[in-house]
Amino acid sequence: MTRVEFAIVGAGPAGIAAATLAAELGLDTMLVDEQGSPGGQIYRAVERARPGSPLGPDYLAGAPLAAALRASRVEYRPGTGLWHVEPEGRLYVAAAGRTETILARRILLATGAIERPVPIAGWTLPGVITVGAAQILLKTADLVPEGRMVLAGQGPLLYLVAQQLVRAGAPPAVILETTPPANYRQALGALPLRSAGVRPLLKGLLTILAVRSAGVPVRRGVCGLHAIGGESLERVVWDGGEIAADHLLLHEGVIPNVQVGLALQLRHDWDEHQLCWRPALDPWGQTSLPCIAVAGDAGSIAGADAARLSGQLAALDAAMLLGHIDQRERDRRAQPIRAALGRDRALRHFLDRLYRPARSVLAPDDDEIVVCRCEEVSAGHVRRAARLGATGPNQLKAFTRCGMGPCQGRVCGPVVAAVLADALDKPIAEIGTWRPRAPFKPVTVGALADAETADW
Amino acid sequence: MFRPRPDAMPATVPVIVEGRLVHVPPGASAAAAVLAAGFRGIRETPVSGSKRAPYCMMGVCFDCLAEIDGVPGRQSCMVEAQAGMRIRRQIGARHIDPTP
Amino acid sequence: MERFDAIVVGGGLVGSAIAFGLGRAGLATALVDEGDVAFRASRGNFGLVWVQSKGDGAPHYQRWTRRSAEEWPELAAELLDRTGIAVGHRRPGGLHLCLGADELDERRRRMERMQRQSGNFGFEYRMLERDELAGMLPGIGPAVSGASWTPYDGHANPLALLHALHKGFVEKGGRYLPNTTVHEAAAAPCDFRISAANGDIAAPRVVLAAGLGNAGLAPLFALDAPVRPQRGQILVTERARPLLGLPTTTIRQTVEGTIMLGDSQEDVGFDTGQKPAVMQAIARRAVLSLPWLRDLQIVRAWAALRVMPPDGLPIYDQSERFPGAFTANCHSGVTLAAAHANLFAPMIAAGGLDPSLDLFSARRFDVPTAS
Repeated sequence: MTRVEFAIVGAGPAGIAAATLAAELGLDTMLVDEQGSPGGQIYRAVERARPGSPLGPDYLAGAPLAAALRASRVEYRPGTGLWHVEPEGRLYVAAAGRTETILARRILLATGAIERPVPIAGWTLPGVITVGAAQILLKTADLVPEGRMVLAGQGPLLYLVAQQLVRAGAPPAVILETTPPANYRQALGALPLRSAGVRPLLKGLLTILAVRSAGVPVRRGVCGLHAIGGESLERVVWDGGEIAADHLLLHEGVIPNVQVGLALQLRHDWDEHQLCWRPALDPWGQTSLPCIAVAGDAGSIAGADAARLSGQLAALDAAMLLGHIDQRERDRRAQPIRAALGRDRALRHFLDRLYRPARSVLAPDDDEIVVCRCEEVSAGHVRRAARLGATGPNQLKAFTRCGMGPCQGRVCGPVVAAVLADALDKPIAEIGTWRPRAPFKPVTVGALADAETADW
Repeated sequence: MFRPRPDAMPATVPVIVEGRLVHVPPGASAAAAVLAAGFRGIRETPVSGSKRAPYCMMGVCFDCLAEIDGVPGRQSCMVEAQAGMRIRRQIGARHIDPTP
Repeated sequence: MERFDAIVVGGGLVGSAIAFGLGRAGLATALVDEGDVAFRASRGNFGLVWVQSKGDGAPHYQRWTRRSAEEWPELAAELLDRTGIAVGHRRPGGLHLCLGADELDERRRRMERMQRQSGNFGFEYRMLERDELAGMLPGIGPAVSGASWTPYDGHANPLALLHALHKGFVEKGGRYLPNTTVHEAAAAPCDFRISAANGDIAAPRVVLAAGLGNAGLAPLFALDAPVRPQRGQILVTERARPLLGLPTTTIRQTVEGTIMLGDSQEDVGFDTGQKPAVMQAIARRAVLSLPWLRDLQIVRAWAALRVMPPDGLPIYDQSERFPGAFTANCHSGVTLAAAHANLFAPMIAAGGLDPSLDLFSARRFDVPTAS
């Protein structure tokens, strides 16, 4: 068994920033991450990125973070996946088929964000991927979709990736923007008018302009999106239009990756603005379990810079709780960090309102649409089970198998909760969350049988 | 169905996808190799035999399950392509031979 | 206040089987249940319809279990017919694998005892040595010394069963009242009132089938249900091609192709957390039994609390002070589902438990006063 003071799960900007600061402050720190190199998803493969990359300067700005991690005294464990964690501070990880136990005095979950599922008809067809997936293929393998490509959805990432694909020589054939018209009115009331919010806003506008001036057509207010095809995608259809396509890239924003937190049964709240579950946190990232904190997008969606800053706050709090600094020093160091975080907030409110997903993205109307990809369960099946008396996601899982597949609810959880809420005529906040279990990622029977267990 | 972008990193890592030789840059995942090799689907589901391809590329959706170097059921988007790696599509439920 | 012919408290496998049987017998029945987050032993069940291990030293339990196993195919067919849900019941007989010579000897003695105890009712079993076993189960490990086999054993999908019982109950006019935790009730002979989430309900019959909740509920009805939690953990693998034609006590392959591995008996109070050490013990025994299981991925696992009476045998009782109040408690909700639906529920409908269930009364726990 390995003992550490501070164990961090996730090597994105929040995890790296927390780890490097914690190590600087003298904490014995370990950072585990299932990816093979640092950066999380937003800075994935940044160590291999070359200047002039089509991914742009904001992506390359992640390189110094990765370098700082490598140069630090943090014990960094790439390719190491978490399969179980106990509330008292034990982590069970697996790397290259071997399992290990880590006993930490404090744990920080920096597991980042995942794409919001976009359950449209045909979303399981080969050829349909998330916008984030396309970006990852570009980052890690310099690959772009071949043939005709359609982007559909909304949110900052949509246009960012469109621009990156244009620069990479693969402009989309069309962008289908799904922003409901009512959102513009809502967002107008939250326009960030102070300079801190205006600059990123302008940058976003420029991205959109750049994409349009590259000749990419945009359709706005798109509804009724369908992916049509036999064995793979052939056409994309929407209300009032259609286009033959080889690739459909979907995006309706990102949501916190709460899988580990839910397994720990941390208190979670439903965020009605970001339309997602997120852990209940204090201003330092402290959760409802004493030795566990959350930082970055895993706590609530706020982007890479805010993630880095919240990672630092969590490190400061850990340093104080573990006796390395006193409260005055923690608060003193935290002050400029909080000021910077405050500046980001106004823009975040604006984006949340502008890009609020339509109700049908959360709960698809068509009963035929698959909501659980792993077990191939349709929305209609979920609705029938709800009418029979399944009052929440766990009863529903028992009746329909939703959540029994390998993803254990990561993809289907939010959709199932929304469909249930509609069927039971209740707010999602009352529906409750699913309970993921160990192993969080599959381990073979043999690996479990053979694990070194002197300390289990 | 993915292609290297112009000015891509040199694709120096050879892997064999369903018997087909393809090269990918260092750091590319096995899933990327399957897509680069021109395949649309990477598996057929054990539930209904539906064709699936990688969806999220970050280890969340499990739609990229493939057989890598003889070991089935691996999240191919989480496995880095190595020289000589053999990748095969995962068709249906697991085959095990109880008495090899 | 809504009136029913019967109220069943507890919507798990026991409660829903009883409610299904009552509804089928023509009683207007309300099934009261908790919400999504509750102990729900039913959701943790392994899925065996198991006879061979039941009732060593208590032949009445073996008989009751056998009767349930005999009724099972009919229940499964009826559920399929009424609800369209296939509960996946198969009855190829079952194996209890033994590792090492001592385990095999102990098992043999146990089977002999049970046969003796069964008297005229009979108890058919076979002890299988390695060679014969190898013909029935592919790839057994070198540590496997043999197994006991009986024709009575089988398995089913516990969640499909729960779903089907619920659906069958509701479709026949039963009222399902979830999100209700019963804390208090008014009890009088043949007159019971309970506060449900949406209003009060009343009936001349009430059946307490609330699992671990029965311990606290029973006294309200002058009943005793001294059940305690016993934790069990289960591992489930990815789907595989059909490999196991026979279920064993700790390894079985489901209709979907997943292979379930169990089990454990842990005395940890109400803790539903998983313990890697226990998960490993399960994995180790599985690999010793069938080494080819090693390469299968464990896709999910869980820990759940069995509803355990002090001697492991069911508790069935009727209240003397409040006739019309009954209780049913057991840890084998799948195995006994047919008995509960087809034998127990009709007794409730008729107004009293059959004398054949007397030995299952909680009175058996009363310490005799020194005479």
